[in-house]
Amino acid sequence: MTLVEKILATHSNMKKVKPGQFISVPVDMLLANDITAPIAIKEFSRLGVEKVFNPEKIVIIPDHFTPNKDIASAEQAKTVRQFARLQGVNYFEVGEMGIEHVLLPEKGLVLPGDVVIGADSHTCTYGALGAFATGMGSTDIAVAMATGNIWMKVPSTIKFIYHGILPQWVTGKDLILYTISDIGVDGALYSAMEFVGPAIDSLSMDGRFTMANMAIEAGAKVGIFFADGNTIDYIKSRAMRPYTIYQPDKDAEYIRTVEYDVSTLEPQVAFPHSPENTRPISKVGDIKIDQVLIGSCTNGRLEDLQIAARVLKGKKVHKDVRCIIIPGSQKVYMDALKEGLIEVFIEAGSVVSTPTCGPCLGGHMGILASGEKCISTTNRNFIGRMGSAESEVYLSNPAISAASAVAGNIISPKEIINNR
Amino acid sequence: MIKGKVHKYGDNVDTDAIIPARYLNVSEVAELALHCMEGLDSNFVKKVNPGDIMLAEKNFGCGSSREHAPLAIKASGISCIIAKSFARIFFRNAINIGLPILECTEAVDNVRSGQTIAVELSSGKIMNMDSGKEFTAQAYPQFMYEIIAEGGLIEYTKKRLER
Ligand code: SF4
Repeated sequence: MTLVEKILATHSNMKKVKPGQFISVPVDMLLANDITAPIAIKEFSRLGVEKVFNPEKIVIIPDHFTPNKDIASAEQAKTVRQFARLQGVNYFEVGEMGIEHVLLPEKGLVLPGDVVIGADSHTCTYGALGAFATGMGSTDIAVAMATGNIWMKVPSTIKFIYHGILPQWVTGKDLILYTISDIGVDGALYSAMEFVGPAIDSLSMDGRFTMANMAIEAGAKVGIFFADGNTIDYIKSRAMRPYTIYQPDKDAEYIRTVEYDVSTLEPQVAFPHSPENTRPISKVGDIKIDQVLIGSCTNGRLEDLQIAARVLKGKKVHKDVRCIIIPGSQKVYMDALKEGLIEVFIEAGSVVSTPTCGPCLGGHMGILASGEKCISTTNRNFIGRMGSAESEVYLSNPAISAASAVAGNIISPKEIINNR
Repeated sequence: MIKGKVHKYGDNVDTDAIIPARYLNVSEVAELALHCMEGLDSNFVKKVNPGDIMLAEKNFGCGSSREHAPLAIKASGISCIIAKSFARIFFRNAINIGLPILECTEAVDNVRSGQTIAVELSSGKIMNMDSGKEFTAQAYPQFMYEIIAEGGLIEYTKKRLER
C-alpha cells in the first residue's frame, strides 16, 4: 500500500484498502473557518444532535474576513464564536489567530499520520507533515462534527520524484507551480500526490507546506510527504498527543510516476487566470504591476518573510507599487519582528498587516480595481480572485514578488541584487 | 425525469467564477443565487429559468471548498449539472446538498446551449430533445443516489441516526 492507503486502512480498521474503494474513516481533526462554519453550523443544527462528537478534535478559525471587514462578516463571525464557545471546541480569536493552514501545524493540532478534514480546500497543506488531509464542504463537516466519521473514496497515488539541487531563488513554490503547469489543473483529479526525491529531502518544512498547499490546484485530494528528520524537528516541541509515522510498502502501487530534474529549474510565474499557465522568469517579458502581495497560507510563513526581506533590505518599493505583506500567524509576525524583518519591510515602503486571508480571496486589505495587475505569493489567480473581474493576478515565490515590488515590473531578484 | 433548457460552459469553471468571495459574507441561498456565475457570465441570472440544466466541459467547480457555489447554482433554479468531470470537493458538495450532477462526455460533446434535454437520474439516461440523440452517464455507488433521493446528506444522516 502507498502512504495514504496505509493511513486510511489503519484508521478504518482494515487490513488493506484499494484505490476506488468507498470507506468510512474516523477523523483526528476537523476544521472550519468564518465563511464555511456558518453553513456547517446551520446544517449541524438540522441534524438534531446537540453536542459535537468530540470538541478536542474540532477547530474553528476566523481568518477570512477578520478582523471583520463589514457588518455582514461580523455577524457571521459572531455566529461562529458563539457556537465555538457553546460546544467548547478549539477556537482562536483575533489576537492569537493566524491563517488556519499556518496556525494548525504551528499549534501542533495536526500531526503525522492523522486524518484531517477541513471545510477549506487548502486543508491539504498538512500533507507536509505526513498527514492525510483534505478539503471538503460545510455539509460534510457538519455530519462529521456529529458522527466523527466521514465517507470517502480511496484515491490512487501519483508519485512525483524531484532529482537534483534547487538553484538559488528557486523554492517549493516553484516546484509546485512547475508541476501544475506540467500535469494541468486537473492533472491529479481525485488522486493523491506523493512528493519524494533528493530535492524534497533537503526542502525545509515551510517549503513543503507551500507544495502540499497547492496540491488542490492540480485537482488532488491530498499532497503528501514522508515524515523525516525535518518533520520530527518541527513537531517535537508542538505535539501534545501521540502520533504515528507511516511508511509505504516496498511493493506499493502507483498509478503513475513523474520525475523531474530541478537543477536547472528557474523561478516560475503563473500568468492569469490559471495556476497552470506558468512561465519561467526569463520568459516573462515586461509586465508592469500595481500591487504586490506577500503572505497567505501558501507563502506567509517565516522562511517566506526571510526571503522577501533578503530582497527588500536597503531597497525601496517602486513609487507606482503598493506592497502588502501579511504574516501568516501571530507567531510568524512576532518572530519576524524579533528578527528585524518587519523593520526592513516598513523601511522599504511596504505595509504590514495583522494575519488575515484578506486580499488572497478578494476579501479586504488590498482589493484590485479594474485593469490593475498584482503579483502575489498566494495560490490562485482565477478571474476576479482579488477583486475586479478585469484585474489580473500573477503567482510567484516571495523572492520574485519582492523583487517585482522594487522594480515595478515582474523581475528576478538577480537583477536587483549583486549576487548575495 | 428532469427536463430543461441547457446553459453550457467550458473547462475548469472555478468556484470564484460561480460565486465570487466578496459575496461570502452571507450564507442565505436566495442572496447567493443573485450573483450566481457572475465571474463568468453576468447574464446568467437574467436568463436562467427554474428547471434549466447546466452543462460544462472538464473539471467543473475547481478551486475552493465553498458550498456556496453549488448552493447558488441550485437556488438559481438549475435542476442538474452535466460535465465531463467535476472537481472532487464540488462533486461531494453537490451530492451532499441534493443537487444532481452527472458525468457524461458524449452528452457534453453533443448538446449545445439553448437546446432542451431530458435526464433520468436513476438510469443516467440523457436525451437531447432537439436532436433525438441519447447518452448514458456514469453510474454512482448506490448510497449517492440515496443521498440525492433523500434531499441531501443531512436528511440521509438524520434517518440513519434515528435508526
Ligand atoms: S490565505 Fe487564501 S487560500 Fe489560504 S485559506 Fe485564506 S483565502 Fe484560502
